Amino acid sequence: MKEYDKLIQDLAPQKFGKLGQIWVGFLLAVILCALYAYYQQLSRGLSITNLNDYALWGVYISNFVFFVAVSLVGSLVTAILRLSGVTWSTPLTRIAEVIAVAAIIMAGLTIIIDMGRPDRIYNIFLHGRLQSPIIWDVLVISTYLTISLMLLFYPLLPDFAILKKHFANQPKLSKWYGKLSLNWTGSKTQEGLYNKSINTLSILIIPVAFGIHTVTAWLFATTYRPGWDSSNFGPYFIAGAFVAGAGAVVVIMFVLRKAYHLEEYITDMHFDKMGKLLVLLCLVYLYFNVNEYLVPAYKTTTEEAGHLYSLFLGDYAIMFWSAIIGGLVIPTIALLFPQGRKPLPLFIIGIFVVVGAWWKRFIIVTPTLLHPFLPFQGVPKSWHTYFPSMLEWTITFGTLASALLIMTILFRYLPIIPIHETAEEKGLLETHKTDSL
Amino acid sequence: MEENNQQSKRKFFETGIKFGLIATAGTILATKVFGEGKSKETVELMTTDGHLVQVPASEVKEFSLKPKDYNPRVGFPDKKFVMVVDLAKCKNALKCQNACNKGHYITGENAWLKVYKMQESAETAPYFMPTQCQHCDKPPCVKVCPVDATFKREDGIVLIDNERCIGCRFCMAACPYSIRVFNWKEPEQGVIANKEEYTPDFCGEPSVKGTVDKCDFCPHQIVKGELPFCVKACPNDVFAFGDMYEDAVTNGSGETFKLSALLKDRAGHRLMEGLGTEPSVFYLPPTGRDEDAFEKGLENYNEFESVHKKE
Repeated sequence: MKEYDKLIQDLAPQKFGKLGQIWVGFLLAVILCALYAYYQQLSRGLSITNLNDYALWGVYISNFVFFVAVSLVGSLVTAILRLSGVTWSTPLTRIAEVIAVAAIIMAGLTIIIDMGRPDRIYNIFLHGRLQSPIIWDVLVISTYLTISLMLLFYPLLPDFAILKKHFANQPKLSKWYGKLSLNWTGSKTQEGLYNKSINTLSILIIPVAFGIHTVTAWLFATTYRPGWDSSNFGPYFIAGAFVAGAGAVVVIMFVLRKAYHLEEYITDMHFDKMGKLLVLLCLVYLYFNVNEYLVPAYKTTTEEAGHLYSLFLGDYAIMFWSAIIGGLVIPTIALLFPQGRKPLPLFIIGIFVVVGAWWKRFIIVTPTLLHPFLPFQGVPKSWHTYFPSMLEWTITFGTLASALLIMTILFRYLPIIPIHETAEEKGLLETHKTDSL
Repeated sequence: MEENNQQSKRKFFETGIKFGLIATAGTILATKVFGEGKSKETVELMTTDGHLVQVPASEVKEFSLKPKDYNPRVGFPDKKFVMVVDLAKCKNALKCQNACNKGHYITGENAWLKVYKMQESAETAPYFMPTQCQHCDKPPCVKVCPVDATFKREDGIVLIDNERCIGCRFCMAACPYSIRVFNWKEPEQGVIANKEEYTPDFCGEPSVKGTVDKCDFCPHQIVKGELPFCVKACPNDVFAFGDMYEDAVTNGSGETFKLSALLKDRAGHRLMEGLGTEPSVFYLPPTGRDEDAFEKGLENYNEFESVHKKE
């Protein structure tokens, strides 16, 4: 009984501390700057970016791919690990699902930011054509968002009921939690429905998750361009997405553990396990990278050769090798050692992995577009290269800050560690039930 | 498929003669006939394979290219527009580009028609290659458009409806010829002369911020019985334009050639045939490359500009 109360006390949402308030203020400031920049873009057109008729997609699109990639982690931790009978991942499921929801929302918004005519977005519904990969993306992203929201919400039902009681002295908050709990009582019928729904959603989300990132890869792979024209692209993107998402979970679980003093629930064992998982994912992704770059490099057709040269030795070499070595090879090696999987080292490695994953997407999108089939002629010299403008960066950072803000707010009001499930696993639920009888 | 095509073509020729399909460019058939009752008068018509036939005048009707129920998304019925670009003749005079820029009120940084300086390898002679939208029969741009803003018409022309385009630029990524241009900012086109109501036939009139533009094969000229701007402007008769079903193309000087013979005799080819896009623009190889002529062409060559800005 006492232990159960302590569990609730520990895991119930907490108000922001000073640091939390500063953090939210900082995010809001970044978002405000981005909104101003986006207003500029709306009134002056995409000319405020450094995009041009050759580099026609840039940081917005690579940022979009990054968001989609990160969102895949929801399906990895909540669905794949759950279905394979892993129990250590329970305290991480909600973190992963919140990351997934925030990332997929921002993926949807980022793609709108890239549009020349966002005011005509309704045309997608009025005149949508099924043969366009963009329509597949719209369908599959909205499906994934729906399932992700449900997979976040359903496991919360018992927690909401617990919180309703816990915050009884705060009637307003308690009322909201009560409403959200959908009259959860924990009866046998409810438990049955609850478990069945979560299992069904866990199974459903896996093909949809593979779907969103495969379709995102196809936005590129369905063109003829060197570097994109690859039958490897779908699985290559999925492998990379799991790396990015697992990296994000590692970073965020470290921060949350520190901020909310969750050392008892997110233990060194969890970091160790996530570290091992990350090694596996990095190795799979490395394997796909070898395929993606070395096979065309062996053949060096004219188009591929120009593109690969820019990556290996040319303008993008520093970015490319930093992303591959700093964001993939070094993390893999470091994680092979038990010390590398301790919380702080893993946190630092996680940051390298996430930043590397972000740049990797930039390297996938931009250099290809700067290697067209016909030569660069008759256009300003500045069009021969691409690096985002200040306003483009501002908007991009705004989307990243928005994703973090969504997570921050969700972590403020939701129990970061599932209370009900943790109690169940610790065997506290039965004693608690008999106690209350 | 192939056979089917042949058959429908034959059928087309038959009906074509029956209903008196008169060539647009006005060179194949000089006689213009107005149905005058049921006289025994006959008219001489030329078939697409070059034979002259006598047809009763009563069987011949006046032909208008643009039907009453003309739909800019369908185009001119029973036509298949093609262009032939004779690389052997191009001297980079750039009149084509200037005429196109002017005619379409192009104000951006990237012209719809560009003359590339090409050289396959260090051992081969350089040459100039005018390139605009290839109006592919299997257009990769149309395939990827999410909203049907860019579309392929029955007459072979690929157009953009800039009132529908959402500016995702997927079509630009999909086009291997890099011919599509984007309106990154509000276009400063000034006053557009003889402005008719906008339809996709009038690409760039006006251009719209946040949408894609490209070469439209000048359907607005075709309907007037005129050749596209570039064809008309070229002083070297590099371009020839016409209808594949009539098997005839006409150059800027008004000479008409039999398309199939031209392509056979001069070893015509299309750009990046291997991609399977099936362009409607055919190229004749740059035979007899003349170094002096090429050097002279270089005087006009500007690597960093294709649209002249008014000072």
